Amino acid sequence: MATGTETTTRARLRWGLLDVLVVVFALVPVLWIASLSFKTPATITDGNFIPQEWTLDNYRTIFDTDQFVRALINSIGIALIATLIAVVLGAMAAYAISRLDFPGKGLLVGVSLLIAMFPQVSLVSPLFEIERQLGLFDTWPGLILPYITFALPLAIYTLSAFFKQIPWDLEKAAKMDGATQGQAFRRVIAPLAAPGLFTTAILVFIFCWNDFLFAISLTSTERSRTVPAALSFFTGASQFEDPTGAICAAAVVITVPIILFVLFFQRRIVSGLTSGAVKG
Amino acid sequence: MADIVLDKVSKKFPDGTVAVQDVDLEIADGEFVILVGPSGCGKSTTLNMIAGLEDISSGELRIGGQRVNDKAPRDRDIAMVFQSYALYPNMTVRENMAFPLRLAKLDKETINSKVDEAAKVLELTSLLDRKPANLSGGQRQRVAMGRAIVRQPKAFLMDEPLSNLDAKLRVQMRTVVSRLQKQLGTTTVYVTHDQTEAMTLGDRVVIMRGGAVQQVGPPQELYDHPRNLFVAGFIGSPSMNFLHAAVQDGSLRTALGDVPLGDRIRRELEAADAPRELILGIRPEHFEDAELVDEDTRRRGLEFEAPVEIVESMGSDKYVYFTVEGERASAAELEELAADAGASDFSGAGSNLVTRLSAESAVAEGQSRRVWFNLEKIHLFDPTNGRNLTLHEGRAAGALAD
Amino acid sequence: MSINATPTGADTAVEETERHATVPAQRGSRRKAPLSENKKAERKLGWLLCAPAALVMVAVTAYPIIYSVWLSLQRFDLRFPDERQFIGLENYVTVLTNEFWWTAFGVTMLITVVTVAVELVLGMGLAIIMHRTLVGRGLVRTSALIPYGIVTVVAAFSWRYAWTPGTGYLADLFSDGAPLTERASSLAIIMLAEIWKTTPFMALLLMAGLALVPEDLLKAASTDGATAWQKFTKVMLPVMKPAILVALLFRTLDAFRVFDNIFVLTAGGNETSSVSMLAYNNLIRGLNLGIGSTMSVLIFITVAIIAFVFVKLFGTAAPGSDDGERR
Repeated sequence: MATGTETTTRARLRWGLLDVLVVVFALVPVLWIASLSFKTPATITDGNFIPQEWTLDNYRTIFDTDQFVRALINSIGIALIATLIAVVLGAMAAYAISRLDFPGKGLLVGVSLLIAMFPQVSLVSPLFEIERQLGLFDTWPGLILPYITFALPLAIYTLSAFFKQIPWDLEKAAKMDGATQGQAFRRVIAPLAAPGLFTTAILVFIFCWNDFLFAISLTSTERSRTVPAALSFFTGASQFEDPTGAICAAAVVITVPIILFVLFFQRRIVSGLTSGAVKG
Repeated sequence: MADIVLDKVSKKFPDGTVAVQDVDLEIADGEFVILVGPSGCGKSTTLNMIAGLEDISSGELRIGGQRVNDKAPRDRDIAMVFQSYALYPNMTVRENMAFPLRLAKLDKETINSKVDEAAKVLELTSLLDRKPANLSGGQRQRVAMGRAIVRQPKAFLMDEPLSNLDAKLRVQMRTVVSRLQKQLGTTTVYVTHDQTEAMTLGDRVVIMRGGAVQQVGPPQELYDHPRNLFVAGFIGSPSMNFLHAAVQDGSLRTALGDVPLGDRIRRELEAADAPRELILGIRPEHFEDAELVDEDTRRRGLEFEAPVEIVESMGSDKYVYFTVEGERASAAELEELAADAGASDFSGAGSNLVTRLSAESAVAEGQSRRVWFNLEKIHLFDPTNGRNLTLHEGRAAGALAD
Repeated sequence: MSINATPTGADTAVEETERHATVPAQRGSRRKAPLSENKKAERKLGWLLCAPAALVMVAVTAYPIIYSVWLSLQRFDLRFPDERQFIGLENYVTVLTNEFWWTAFGVTMLITVVTVAVELVLGMGLAIIMHRTLVGRGLVRTSALIPYGIVTVVAAFSWRYAWTPGTGYLADLFSDGAPLTERASSLAIIMLAEIWKTTPFMALLLMAGLALVPEDLLKAASTDGATAWQKFTKVMLPVMKPAILVALLFRTLDAFRVFDNIFVLTAGGNETSSVSMLAYNNLIRGLNLGIGSTMSVLIFITVAIIAFVFVKLFGTAAPGSDDGERR
């Protein structure tokens, strides 16, 4: 008995240590950039992990410049629109894939898999030229379109995995209970599909929020430049002397939504990512 | 309440396969009918057609005298219990049971009183506010039944409602289902692949195979007078023993000795196209330890001696397995039954005979034993089409009938 | 079980019994039988639902890639638009005989191989920790998701400042100089940043595989006298193989696209450009559409070859191989 509890405490301790290791490994870079963002220009080069003097000046600076605020609006707008469209189109396709029998289904799955692995840089040159000709270059739709394209495979995979888990017997049961097709969908299937849609939306949003290559290639001005792209153009030429603090503050700002998602929806995100991997 | 009539109902799938072939069935008002058969026999398809979840390819379905072929499930006023229970996970037990009533737009008070009443019958009252995820298998099953009875439909359809429960609970729920059906007196069609459930529950049993009805009747009649090899093998546990038998000089040569034949059977066998090879069927309980048989009974049967392989003492009686020499009985039906039992590639060794002897029998493993069997209770089947040759005007009369 | 309401289920079920004459055989004609209205409607609905997604995906990838091939066959420099003309494969000769291309190619391959290998090992460890830890499972999973979710550029800036003398806590750790100004250390830092960012994703995919290993199987192995290592190699790895291959395939092709980290950390200086970086520089900085497109096509071909080799080597283990499963 005594040895039993001892081994479990020791096992717990060992796992605990490993846990701490993982947490440190994952968090240090994030905390570092956060720490820099709170430092004053005088102390920013002291190399201390914890700021000696705390300041919010960096945040004040970035929210005072159009460059950042525009970029933030662009980022949010573009990511939200792309997410909405990708989830709607993805849900339609995923429903068909998981529930209906039609020729060409395998082809669609194959094509979306190919796109998921497609080297995005291969698209940059033709899209650059095509969008210039169509007048889409440096516009919101100009970024939304490629985002939808690359988010769709992700959406289709995750959603078909979710849809396959829905017990479709319930649809039959609802019909037997006197529901019309519409009622069966609205009152029985939709509530069950909602968590899957929500999870997929988070994953797709993270993907769009994250993109850098398209953002710097297919934009040229503040009109549609997103935050990641804008960050790399914070040269500090005239507006700020040293851009480091501002860059870090901006970086922290766009990290906040991600942290919130991860904190509140950890379970969903994990299940979304893993259910897509083990084909449902 | 209503009667259900299937008139030459068939189901043909788009690729040409026929799942259900010309099923004729009249289910009386308040009757409890069981559809039973092995996997793929068409029983669930038949049930789904009655439910309206599956289109009827040809034939007519009438509920309460009304043709309902083209009616949506919601307009047929029948309730269904699913094997998976199909409880709505986002609703509480109360909401689950109230769902059909709410769809029917009943007022709140009526809904509540009906749900409470149904919950009381099924002893669900204390669970009404739980979600299905927090219920045990048996409780979920009861909720599924509750959802079906709450709106007092014309008929209940049950698709293997007990097969997800463990063995003990299944037996218990069987009586619950039976009692409930008698209480409510609602016409019920019940699908199962379990012959025990079929035997114990139904007023009448419909045995299906390959989309076609094999025999319809009260359980005891199917047991005593199976129309063919398939029905004989499917009903009964342990199942009927089948032995190869050859017609020779007016009697039957079998591994258990020469079986004498009665006049009627002999006449039939003398016809030109009669088979020379037959299958002999004997139920386990029609054997007895030869020592325990009195003179009078002995004359009505035959004796043989065989080595005892295994003795299973059940307390009330003994299941004794004998090894017998000789050719195995073979017919398509038997293969199919073995495949359904999952034993098509595992036969054990040799040809086994299962017998059910009195508990007093002093039989022991390893020794040889004289065993008697009742000639009046045996069945003879034509291996080419499975027909029961001993059946005359619907009655089986053994080998000696004249 | 019984026939399910699905045509496919009934198909096989009836097939077994069909030969026994109770049902007239329908063989021969069965596959060619005309489709019922129901079936036709189902097809139509399926196509209708998939059409928008398929159209968008094809329009934004297939057409541009073809256009890209067309562009790659031309001399096309936006700074000298008048000189645009068809020159056949000359661009390909230019690129393939250019040492910058091959350096970038080497760098990309190196980064791909090293990061994927390290990630596989670390990811497996992380997956096991996330899957089996006795304490703080939620905490570990949550923190592991942060590198996955964080914007790559943000992480890259964090690493850049960490390794820059003055702002960094890591800069003085190794050499006395600035690590991001030397080739070897720059590459190492790029790889570190990549590994940090994508190990959690690898781990999540592997964890999905771990979840497939039945607990009883491990218990059985223990009873059979297997050590912990033997249980891992002989029981867990074989069961996880499909998940591992999927994770490897995804990560390899993803690693080959490495761009963001290099852009922020070194901007391709000191010969640390990847192929993506080089193509971007030629295109957006150099405005040379012909050469940029040629590189795009070459990268596409390389990725296609890698994917092909993976699928060939590991057969149908690739995800999404349609098993015709319904409901």
